Amino acid sequence: MRPLRQLIHPILGSVRARRALLLVLLAGSLDLARAATPGAATAAPLSEQERALHVLNRLAYGPRPGDLEQVERMGVKRYIEQQLHPERIPLPADLQARLAALPGLQMTPAQLFVDYGPPSIDKEADKEVKQAARQRAPRELTPQFHTARLLQATESPRQLEEVMTEFWANHFNIFEGKEWVRYWVGDYEKNAIRPYALGHFRDLLGAVAHHPAMLYYLDNWLSSGAGTPGARGRFKGLNENYARELMELHTLGVDGGYQQTDVITLARILSGWTIDVNAMKAGAAPFAFAVQRHDNAPKVFLGRPLAASGYQEGEAALDILANHPSTARFISTQLVQYFVSDQPDPALVQRLTQKFLATQGDLRAVLQTLFDSPQFWARSNYQTQFKTPYQFVVSALRASDIPVRNAKPVNGALGQFGMPLYGWLTPEGYKYSEAAWLNPDALLRRINFAGNLVNGKSPIARAEGEPAPSNADARPVDPRRLLDTLGPAISAQAAAKITAAPENVQAGLILGSPDFMKR
Amino acid sequence: MNRRDFIRYLGAAGSGAILVPIGLSGCAVAPVGDKSISRATPAKLAYGSPAPRGHANGDGAPRMVVVFLRGAVDGMNVVVPHGDPEYYRARPSIAVAAPGQANGAIDLTGYFGLHPALRPLMPYWEGGQLAFVHASGSPDGSRSHFEAQDYMETGTPGQHNTRDGWLNRVMDYLPPAQSPLQALNVGDATPRILAGHNVVANLQTGRAATRPGLIDQPRMMQAYAPLYEGDDAVAKAYRDGIAARRELMSEINSQEQQMANNGAPLPNGLSLDTARLGRLMRHDPRIRLAFLAVGGWDTHINQGNGTGQLAGRLAPLAEGLATLARELGPAFNDTVIVVMSEFGRTFRENGNGGTDHGHGNAMWLMGGNLRGGKIYGQWPGLNQAALNEGRDLAITTDFRAVLCALSERHMRITDGALEKIFPQYAAGTKGIPNLFI
Repeated sequence: MRPLRQLIHPILGSVRARRALLLVLLAGSLDLARAATPGAATAAPLSEQERALHVLNRLAYGPRPGDLEQVERMGVKRYIEQQLHPERIPLPADLQARLAALPGLQMTPAQLFVDYGPPSIDKEADKEVKQAARQRAPRELTPQFHTARLLQATESPRQLEEVMTEFWANHFNIFEGKEWVRYWVGDYEKNAIRPYALGHFRDLLGAVAHHPAMLYYLDNWLSSGAGTPGARGRFKGLNENYARELMELHTLGVDGGYQQTDVITLARILSGWTIDVNAMKAGAAPFAFAVQRHDNAPKVFLGRPLAASGYQEGEAALDILANHPSTARFISTQLVQYFVSDQPDPALVQRLTQKFLATQGDLRAVLQTLFDSPQFWARSNYQTQFKTPYQFVVSALRASDIPVRNAKPVNGALGQFGMPLYGWLTPEGYKYSEAAWLNPDALLRRINFAGNLVNGKSPIARAEGEPAPSNADARPVDPRRLLDTLGPAISAQAAAKITAAPENVQAGLILGSPDFMKR
Repeated sequence: MNRRDFIRYLGAAGSGAILVPIGLSGCAVAPVGDKSISRATPAKLAYGSPAPRGHANGDGAPRMVVVFLRGAVDGMNVVVPHGDPEYYRARPSIAVAAPGQANGAIDLTGYFGLHPALRPLMPYWEGGQLAFVHASGSPDGSRSHFEAQDYMETGTPGQHNTRDGWLNRVMDYLPPAQSPLQALNVGDATPRILAGHNVVANLQTGRAATRPGLIDQPRMMQAYAPLYEGDDAVAKAYRDGIAARRELMSEINSQEQQMANNGAPLPNGLSLDTARLGRLMRHDPRIRLAFLAVGGWDTHINQGNGTGQLAGRLAPLAEGLATLARELGPAFNDTVIVVMSEFGRTFRENGNGGTDHGHGNAMWLMGGNLRGGKIYGQWPGLNQAALNEGRDLAITTDFRAVLCALSERHMRITDGALEKIFPQYAAGTKGIPNLFI
């Protein structure tokens, strides 16, 4: 049916006219349209409009009203180039103002710790008072951090930066439910992930390794070299947690060619990389190298001798890991999975790996190679990826032009779909594949979400506590506008079925359709 | 020793978990690793066994219900070692008093007793349909709730890259599903234990379960059906989901309608969910697995003894379990209910009249044909040297040994399949007595 769709779309702007032609076509020349396509459907290159949709689906979280036309007008090539340079795209003033209005996002990690962490809790107080003090962070900070993420994902014109921010935040997963991590989720995303999302992998790796959220989440802040003078109390021994995940999940991959001895060696190298609680209380940055807890013996890491050089050993180990061929391959595989297909094409992975190594992990160059590849543009990879819950929700908000004024119901829905923000407990993060997300119950929940989103009364679109509009004031999403926004994302067949249903359920049907589940 | 080596070590030294009935008294203590106790005939060590009884028939379709107590219940105050003075020394304000005293334990074996708030379960103990496996749990040493729960749900302690849950893997080895309701989760989102490629239906808790969603409205189903009539995976998932939803809603509504007509009030809280679950499973033998989580066990502060906070949580749990058994009716004979928690709590009470994150715990088993009225396991003892890291009840039975036994002997899953369900666990059911009649 796709060629039929291509025929219709460039000619007809309005849905009404399109529907009229569709009916004619469906009644009369359906067989003809089918007969014209055999085999050709998979081989036919994407039309300009399909290409525009494709980049909006993969480099962005789907089209907002008018996006398709705009990308078509400027050309897909220029759109990609622009997205690879987010610093050249101005952020809208309204979005900037909304982000600036989130106080938790303007605070340093030290301030957050002092204001919301253990120093803010009076040890002598009654247990109810202490309990209330502990509840402040989840009540006040968490919604701000979620709001920041969702506002940018839905409204930022720097969409690829947002996509890569999500990708890296998940690659370097932290869990907001692990005590202190909660204070620092916003800063982690804002200052350790987003600025490096399209930069050099080594910079990203370093920013994460120094951030208190990661030091705390994977326990490295507690780790001390065995027998070192500072190895006392809760800092009494070597903790391998971060060292293991740093190789298994962040860089080399589980089959990346390291041994258990390398895990221990890396933990020894990173012993003393810690969070300095006293420094934070004095307003200073949390990262510290505790020399009295560092294992100073010479080491052999991944077959290379490493002279004892204190803090510099850690930087040297990160250099080795960031530029390792296994890392290049592991990251390339994940990028292909995210942007192209659940089953990554080995030839494409190989090309990206080479680019990664040749450019010392220049992520912009690697992505440029990916977006230039024939695999990215193959029809067999067009509208074929089952959206993750996050992609589904954000793309639905964008397509229906519903502003996020309350992040809680959005994260509530994400939780029901199994993908709450910063809610994956263990360090491997969420998986990007159809197998991970397609199940009957979750699909019905998406359909219910879609129906409730478009009725003009969604709690997402109003501040917490603001009453729902009356039936008379509610402005449901217009299905015609939605179909125009989504263009070829909704196939002609599906559009015909949707427009045959009662008008007041059409917008829900569009966002709940199988076509909208894919990207 | 790091975590993975520790597990390897356990796998080697502890192969063939020993699971024998215990409970004579404190003198039944055998050091971990002493195999002599395994040679003793279980019957000799059994204590408090009910009169022998024959197998009671249900409809023949084996069912399993897993109840997970999130937050780490204090197993030492659930199955109370009242025969050991160490217990009272370690818990001056939170110990459950000895049987016969005010709010004292209900004696089970002369050495062990049941928390008095669990009295609604006593008929099942006396009928031989309730058992415990004490000093059981996960060999992983984590004291993090989230990590430990994760390991118990994936069935792979120490290995966090496991994507699916062991209960979903069990579904791979059940007879081919004729129903989208083969596994039922009571709750909002599918938990890790049921995550995986097999279809799981969710039954919401409380009154929300019967409240129809948008997609339950006939006009919406009608509008959506043409969009999802294809042969692809998404369309198939939709149709599976709708089929499950329809069956669930019609069964629930007809039953609750009936109850209302009989003038019976709907129960509250947990019992509302377990009553509904029991009735569903009784009427639909295609429902083989169910999962239910109950929270609120993280009693760091003022947990109480025979009364108080923990007692206040245990009472509705006991009511809920008794309701489940009752509503299952004849299907209780085809059912085993297993109650588990991520780890136990510290043996000694802390400075706030509570307990902190510990290690060993007790698993609870209920079922119509369970060889119950017994406490299984190998009691490690409570003296300082016997405690895990000098502070917690040690673990002498890997939780996977119990789950293997239930899977094999009750759910009729073959030996080879057990290695797929619990991939790192080679011991299987070795050394475990028959838990069923």
